[in-house]
Amino acid sequence: MTGQSRPNRLLRNLSAKIASIPMVLTALCVFVGGTIWTVVYSFTDSRLLPRLRFVGLDQYERLWRTPRWLISIENLAIFGTLSLIFSLAIGFLLAALLDQKIRFENTFRTIFLYPFALSFIVTGLVWQWLLNPDFGIQGLVRSWGWESFTFDPLYNQDIVIYGILIAALWQGTGLVMCIMLAGLRGIDEDIWKAARVDGIPMWKTYLFIVIPMMRPVFITALVLIASGIVRVYDLVVAQTGGGPGISSEVPAKYVYNMMFEAQNLGQGFAASTMMLLSVLIVLIPWAYLEFGGRKRHG
Amino acid sequence: MADVTAISPAELAGPSGRRPRRAISRRNVFIYGTLLLVSVYYLLPLYLMIVTSLKGLPEIRMGNVFAPPVEITFEPWVKAWAQACTGLNCDGLSRGFWNSVRITVPSVILSILIASINGYALANWRFRGANVFFTILIFGAFIPYQVMLYPIVIMLRELGLYGGLWGLVIVHTIFGMPILTLLFRNYFTSLPEELFKAARVDGAGFWAIYLKIMLPMSLPIFVVAIIIQVTGIWNDFLFGIVYTRPEYYPMTVQLNNIVNSVQGVKEYNVNMAATLLTGLVPLIVYFVSGKLFVRGIAAGAVKG
Repeated sequence: MTGQSRPNRLLRNLSAKIASIPMVLTALCVFVGGTIWTVVYSFTDSRLLPRLRFVGLDQYERLWRTPRWLISIENLAIFGTLSLIFSLAIGFLLAALLDQKIRFENTFRTIFLYPFALSFIVTGLVWQWLLNPDFGIQGLVRSWGWESFTFDPLYNQDIVIYGILIAALWQGTGLVMCIMLAGLRGIDEDIWKAARVDGIPMWKTYLFIVIPMMRPVFITALVLIASGIVRVYDLVVAQTGGGPGISSEVPAKYVYNMMFEAQNLGQGFAASTMMLLSVLIVLIPWAYLEFGGRKRHG
Repeated sequence: MADVTAISPAELAGPSGRRPRRAISRRNVFIYGTLLLVSVYYLLPLYLMIVTSLKGLPEIRMGNVFAPPVEITFEPWVKAWAQACTGLNCDGLSRGFWNSVRITVPSVILSILIASINGYALANWRFRGANVFFTILIFGAFIPYQVMLYPIVIMLRELGLYGGLWGLVIVHTIFGMPILTLLFRNYFTSLPEELFKAARVDGAGFWAIYLKIMLPMSLPIFVVAIIIQVTGIWNDFLFGIVYTRPEYYPMTVQLNNIVNSVQGVKEYNVNMAATLLTGLVPLIVYFVSGKLFVRGIAAGAVKG
């Protein structure tokens, strides 16, 4: 567009350059500089204060020997996989149901989306209360006469991560539904008509025609959910505090505790670098697919 | 039913003519039944929060928490607002509320101001290399915050802003920049270019065009940006706890400290009143803004 035809002397377009200083500073100093800084210092033995005494991969070796980190990673894997599958599935199903030209569509959409406006802290605390064994859902079902009913994920080490998953899905599926609904609305009405003329059942039309057509929408939702999953922190802090024991720890919490509570900066840097690595594994293929084929300017 | 269906062979076999549309078909029962059931899952927490916060503690202990309150009391709300304790301070959530207000207002103004000018420069005054920085900025949105937490602590400490409100305002401005810049860039790019060119011919410069033409034309996108930022910043927890001292803790951090404190009797009704109070601001924004909130989400779909 305008960019290429403009002359590129330094003083030309000066106001725009001055106006872009905050962006340039943020991009270079914080995003690039900060990331490199953390990665470099993850190879040092920094404890209370950062210092440049390199110890090679020591921090990483220690990290992968720490039970708490291993549990964090395991939790993240379970939580991540399930929340990816469920939020895509539920989000799509709800969007498909809302797309049936139903009445009260706006009301339903408002109901499904409102938790997204709430913070993870509020979400976590509400679900902590709802999953309280004495007063919450378990108590309610027991008061109906089913005395042996057990549903106390937050007090059971083996299933605590599923308790967090329920809360996370409550908060986040509305967003996925919204994106999916926008995608469904973007599908040409003629495709539906053609499928109906050919006598293809509705579920087959969705599965073999509509979903493949919505690939970009699914990828957007996928990247969105995935980058959110890695960051999950506040929800765990509010809902379980990492407990019972250390059974619901997550990597982001490990980083925070190491950096700001345990005064073990090196471990925090190494752990956050591992988080960065996991994001890059998702991000690079996506960026390649999304922007790789496109011609670049400037 | 649409005319097209009448052509299909299966339809021809049966009685011809328009199929009567019944309100209670099996399909409708399935659709509305599922939607209602799912609605219960989404509404239950909100309902429980409201009824719990309106009950007295004895009523909660007696059992059925889900029943509507027998005797409505607003005492838990008063207590949550003015008396709830965090550590040694017992002046309630009001402190956190006002801290959050003092953080959110300047953060929203500053971040939108900077991002809109940035987006405008990227859309209409692109200079060599601008896109490189923009790409870095967008990629930066996906980097886990944890990677940048400590370097920013050092930067703020050097600037003498670590621990205070303004440090946090800067942090929110930085991390709001990718999504907002993208939002404004896309919006300004979509405006007709003739407008910009005509203003140029008339001799208007960078700032004059921004103030006199772009700004008045883009009120809706500013509203969307305000919605994104108000809810996002109000709901933040991580930055609040890392970059501020306890006396400046935002509402979310204080709420978590009140509810999850180990000492004392658990006052469930006060806790739920406090939780609801903290969620009230974004909920009001959500219900008032309606369609614009959805639009903000669609725009924010690229956000990390």
